[in-house]
Amino acid sequence: MKIRLDQIVKTFDTFRAVRGVSLEIESGELVALLGPSGSGKTTILRMVAGLEYADGGHIHFGDQDATDIPVRDRGVGFVFQHYALFPHMTVAENIAFGMKVSRVKREKAAIAARVIKLLRLVRLEGLGDRFPAQISGGQRQRVALARALSVDPKVLLLDEPFGALDANVRHDLRRWLREIHQELGITTIFVTHDQEEALDLADRVVILREGAIVQQGTPEEVCRNPRSAFVMRFLGDANVLPAEIRSGVAYAGGASIEALDIADGKAELYARPADLDWSLQGPGIDARIDRVLDRPDGRRVLASTGTGTQLEFDVEPERVMKSGDRGFVTIRRAKVFPV
Amino acid sequence: MSAAPTRRRPPRVGDQPIFRRTLIGLVLFIGVFLVLAPLVVIGVEAFAKGWQVYSATISHPDTLHAIMLTVLTALVAVPVNTAFGVAAAWSITKFDFWGKRFLLIVIEIPFSVSPIVAGVAYLFVYGLQGIFGPALDAWNIKILFAVPGIILASLFVTAPFVARELIPLMQAQGRDLEEAATSLGASGWRTFFSVTLPNIKWALLYGVVLCNARVMGEFGAVSVVSGNIRGQTNTLPLHIELLYHDYQATGAFAAASILAVIAVFTIIAKVALERRGAGRRASPAARPSLLSKPAENNA
Repeated sequence: MKIRLDQIVKTFDTFRAVRGVSLEIESGELVALLGPSGSGKTTILRMVAGLEYADGGHIHFGDQDATDIPVRDRGVGFVFQHYALFPHMTVAENIAFGMKVSRVKREKAAIAARVIKLLRLVRLEGLGDRFPAQISGGQRQRVALARALSVDPKVLLLDEPFGALDANVRHDLRRWLREIHQELGITTIFVTHDQEEALDLADRVVILREGAIVQQGTPEEVCRNPRSAFVMRFLGDANVLPAEIRSGVAYAGGASIEALDIADGKAELYARPADLDWSLQGPGIDARIDRVLDRPDGRRVLASTGTGTQLEFDVEPERVMKSGDRGFVTIRRAKVFPV
Repeated sequence: MSAAPTRRRPPRVGDQPIFRRTLIGLVLFIGVFLVLAPLVVIGVEAFAKGWQVYSATISHPDTLHAIMLTVLTALVAVPVNTAFGVAAAWSITKFDFWGKRFLLIVIEIPFSVSPIVAGVAYLFVYGLQGIFGPALDAWNIKILFAVPGIILASLFVTAPFVARELIPLMQAQGRDLEEAATSLGASGWRTFFSVTLPNIKWALLYGVVLCNARVMGEFGAVSVVSGNIRGQTNTLPLHIELLYHDYQATGAFAAASILAVIAVFTIIAKVALERRGAGRRASPAARPSLLSKPAENNA
């Protein structure tokens, strides 16, 4: 089911949570709404679900205007951040609930058969008789997903699906959710504030700030071509250096890098930790190492330049470095944004 | 902190033996003399003149009538206030509306107002000199010094019990469960009966039990509006007072023993319900037991 949001607006009391968002989601697409807290991402998801009504604008499901369809009839599967499993029902009863209350009447046996099928899909065979309090967080998450899928939703909506789980479980579930999406092909929107999660999982990432879309595209597009300093910072660690543009070249300290299409004057240069390197000879930004942090996959170096700017960059694990060393930071890659 | 030399660890904060023993002793002393002793006296005095006097007092028509009236009042007031409590708790915890805080305060009023004030207020509203008095009199409707007045006063006094139990629980539960049920296609009624009610039932029953205990025991407000007509508008608590003033101490204690038995059953029900309520939330293994020994022990 294709979903189209057309200039939707939502205001809570005096707070404008969503300011005219337009977005098209293709049938079968897996889209991430990514943004910091207060960016309106959850509100947008809840409006698509019908749990919240838009103050302005329209939401289309396919050719149908779904703006005023109540949540009960909208045919969406919603997975809540804290799962919202019914604590007094077993896992199987939770999954069967949607089929039992549906206007479409089903045979008891058909419901039971489908519950077993869904339990297998979410790899929870044999846990049908447990209560939600008796299973782990990751298992609850999967029950919530099975329950949402039980009603054959046209759209699957997930609010911070992995937010409450620890890192290892999160990583496995991410891969697994991607597989399920591949298998079922349901149009899916999920909300997250975790860039890594959005980039790992989604076909397309929609980045939000203060109730408006600031950039959208495939993970590759947004990573390689962030259109603003906000997106650059939000997608990952970034070093910021004050720079000066002179005829298409950005100069920062002793380093320079090509910056076409930017007018002469002051600018900021953004570089990822992996985009900087260290050498004992210039040219480069003269700096002193404050600390070296050792990590399983390399060394993270904290340095400060002569003008007091703090920089962080990564070097390979074998590199011999220690705090107090002096040398030059060189720039391999960077993005330049005018101030 | 004074630690005995034999002790390997210093006591935890506030856990010195002297302090412990003094505090526990004091609480036990007060509990026994202030709470338990009067209850024992009721039992002893009720049977002071033997079983026959006791059963004669209980089966006296006036006493039986008082019991019937008390039960009737409870049969009306408890369901009405249960419905009110659920409705109020639902509105306050699931909706946002203007005047929500005001409603919260209004629900609390019967707790903070002396019941006698409530009774007097009813006099001013429904009494012959009251606002609706002449109109009611013209239609020949008797509210004061009759059963409707007793029920109204009881309703007022016990209005907060169910709501007070439910509001904190439903606030903690939020709206997620209802939203989940609705998004799965459940109707409003279905959501209420399949999702909301099962999750509040222990707290609800607890509120009902407390509400019932108060309805049956209410004296102040009912005393003002009932008129104390023996065999007609006397509830059990009023009847006890009447017997006592008639120097029928044994009769008064016999009648009081009925209320005391109700109270004991209420407490048993309360403890049982609290256990069920607690058991639902955590797995049985994680449930703390009142009887389990504290981790560290010393003499």
